Amino acid sequence: MRKKKINREFRQHLLVCAGTGCVANHSFEIKEELEKEIVRKDLQDEIQVVTTGCQGFCERGPIVIVQPDGIFYQRIKKKDIPHLVEEHLLKGRPVNDLMYVPAPEERPVPKMMDIDFFKHQRLIILRNRGRLDPENIEEYIGFDGYKAMELALTKMSSEEIIREVKRAGLRGRGGAGFPTGKKWALCRKEPGRIKYLICNGDEGDPGAFMDRSVLEADPHSVIEGMVIGAKAIGAHQGFVYVRSEYPLAVKRLKIALEQAEAYGLLGENILGTGFNFHIDVVQGAGAFVCGEETALIASIEGRVGRPKQRPPYPSQAGLWGKPTNINNVETWANVPMIILRGAKWFSSIGTETSRGTKIFSLVGKINNTGLVEVPMGITMREIIYDIGGGIPQGKEFKAVQTGGPSGGCIPKKMLDLPIDYESLTQAGSMMGSGGMIVMDEDTCMVDVARYFLNFTQEESCGKCPPCRMGTKHMVYILDRITQGSGMPEDIKLLESIAENVELASLCGLGQTAPNPVLTTLRYFRDEYLAHINEKRCPALVCKTLISYVIDPQLCGGCTVCAKKCPSNAISGEPKKIYTIDQAKCTKCGICITVCPPKFNAVKKVSPAVK
Amino acid sequence: MTKIKTILEKYDYKKSRIIQILNDIQRIYNYLPKHVLEYVSRELRLPLSNIYSIATFYSAFSLKPRGKHLVTVCMGTACHVRGAPAVLSRLEERLKIRTGNTTEDNQFTLKTVNCLGACALAPIVVIDEEYHGQTTVNRVDTLLNKYAKEEN
Repeated sequence: MRKKKINREFRQHLLVCAGTGCVANHSFEIKEELEKEIVRKDLQDEIQVVTTGCQGFCERGPIVIVQPDGIFYQRIKKKDIPHLVEEHLLKGRPVNDLMYVPAPEERPVPKMMDIDFFKHQRLIILRNRGRLDPENIEEYIGFDGYKAMELALTKMSSEEIIREVKRAGLRGRGGAGFPTGKKWALCRKEPGRIKYLICNGDEGDPGAFMDRSVLEADPHSVIEGMVIGAKAIGAHQGFVYVRSEYPLAVKRLKIALEQAEAYGLLGENILGTGFNFHIDVVQGAGAFVCGEETALIASIEGRVGRPKQRPPYPSQAGLWGKPTNINNVETWANVPMIILRGAKWFSSIGTETSRGTKIFSLVGKINNTGLVEVPMGITMREIIYDIGGGIPQGKEFKAVQTGGPSGGCIPKKMLDLPIDYESLTQAGSMMGSGGMIVMDEDTCMVDVARYFLNFTQEESCGKCPPCRMGTKHMVYILDRITQGSGMPEDIKLLESIAENVELASLCGLGQTAPNPVLTTLRYFRDEYLAHINEKRCPALVCKTLISYVIDPQLCGGCTVCAKKCPSNAISGEPKKIYTIDQAKCTKCGICITVCPPKFNAVKKVSPAVK
Repeated sequence: MTKIKTILEKYDYKKSRIIQILNDIQRIYNYLPKHVLEYVSRELRLPLSNIYSIATFYSAFSLKPRGKHLVTVCMGTACHVRGAPAVLSRLEERLKIRTGNTTEDNQFTLKTVNCLGACALAPIVVIDEEYHGQTTVNRVDTLLNKYAKEEN
């Protein structure tokens, strides 16, 4: 039904977000419904519905943007559509009820660029976010796509490309922040005719999803970056390794590769320059450690993903023993803009040591959940309060976790920390891939440390005993602390095992695994002490240390909790006060969710035990 | 075995593509049946022990048949702080199985995943590829009832 834009001028475009978040909220049904309604109103010649990649404001999905007006509609439901089409598209009256409202008492914000979440962002990597259809290469080309590649292939030598990337000061966006230009130069100078290029899309850090979003929303920017890198290094075969949990990203990437080949922008004799470069997609199978470069290489070779000793580094002997250059998705997506707009422009953004922008995924206990791209050097406070809109339900901010399982928790007193590679490392955390999980007063830091250690323990490949056994023992100790049988000497023991795991593990997974424990011990030691000495969980999270009680002053005797309790632990009579039998209670917490807000009588308690 | 043959042909009988091959096989059978792995081992001239080491290392593979409905609970950090553990234990309680197992009537398999990258919807439960965001302990019951009802 869709006609090419060339044939027809549309009065308005409806951009329907088709990122994973919005799709999960049925955005494809919304699109279909919009199209039907538009036909019903006989507007199909004037208005076009387009699906786009992720807009980043996933919390508010499904999102529909009306262009050229720039009106931002959120949380659209099927039943809203007839009204929306009638009012806005037919009569030209934007619908206030479907717009974003920052807080209950405030007025709706009609325009996307006036919303706090968007207005403080600086888009380089996500430059095409939500403005193009990722499954249509012509739209990417229309926004200067493949121009940088053309420049690099026709007007620049390999050395010039590397020099430009070095000057730009681009550093790896996947974790450690190694200078990209330097990495390329190392691989370039290795002898040998066959070299490989890998794009690491095994975004394993829980809470980080920028690479998924880039692959889904703008796959061509990654392909273009890779071709430029291939020319710089002298590679003719590339691989994109995508984790199995991202089916939509794989699908879009495959479409993009096919289209690029059909347009002569990939494959043999690219743009008639005689340069050949092919890209294959490899799908992972659910192993966190495969994000580590040597493990990832093993996985592409069809083996179990176990890291190996470095040196030799992949740039010397990588895939099938050949020199191999690996960068992650976000790093590759930066490359076309550096070539197109120049190193000088790129390095003018960010800080002295960390140039450019970084995408963070702002998740957890935060009002505006989503992906944000900001210049390096911005403070945590700006991200969490100005962009993120603060903590929901007026709760108190406690910490922000960055860097995934390798990172750490940064406390409130460091909110004004400017974010770059160095400052985060100094704070005991790391940049990692850019996940930012916000925690409030209801988050138990010991439980968070246990969560991460349990994660690395499960994901440890088992090669190095300090990682395999050390993390297991740390989980064991953290388990007993959160279950109320911690001992005063446990803290020392944790610190000593942590040191050993850090020093004696081969790869980054083991070396950084203790970070979540060490940072929480550094900044939230009092919570550990409360669990160990008083057997209480101050945040009321650790199941063994809490109990549910009904406040007799507040109970309205409505019977709901007793009816819903799955273990029949609540007894009482209608209109009278109900009580919970602690021996029967499984602490599932259903009672607290079903107790009507007008009573709010069920409480969690964790009294100190002497 | 014609289906398996097509898969092997798609990957040129290359040993290095074994992970992709297993991914494709699992898509057909929902798990990795022993006799299929034996066949793949013969065809690729790849020791069965190698295939098993891969099938057990990567968490996406299952050597046991899965139930009719696959219930996946995201245990990413965002889901964790927003209450995924309580949702998971409620599911275990309702289905009367531990994570990683299948109910006796072969209706539901319960598993966890580290992060689906859809953190705005936390906590997330995926049932047969359909995402259910902002799942509460309370909603678990409604969800399971819905899928069980579709059976009848």
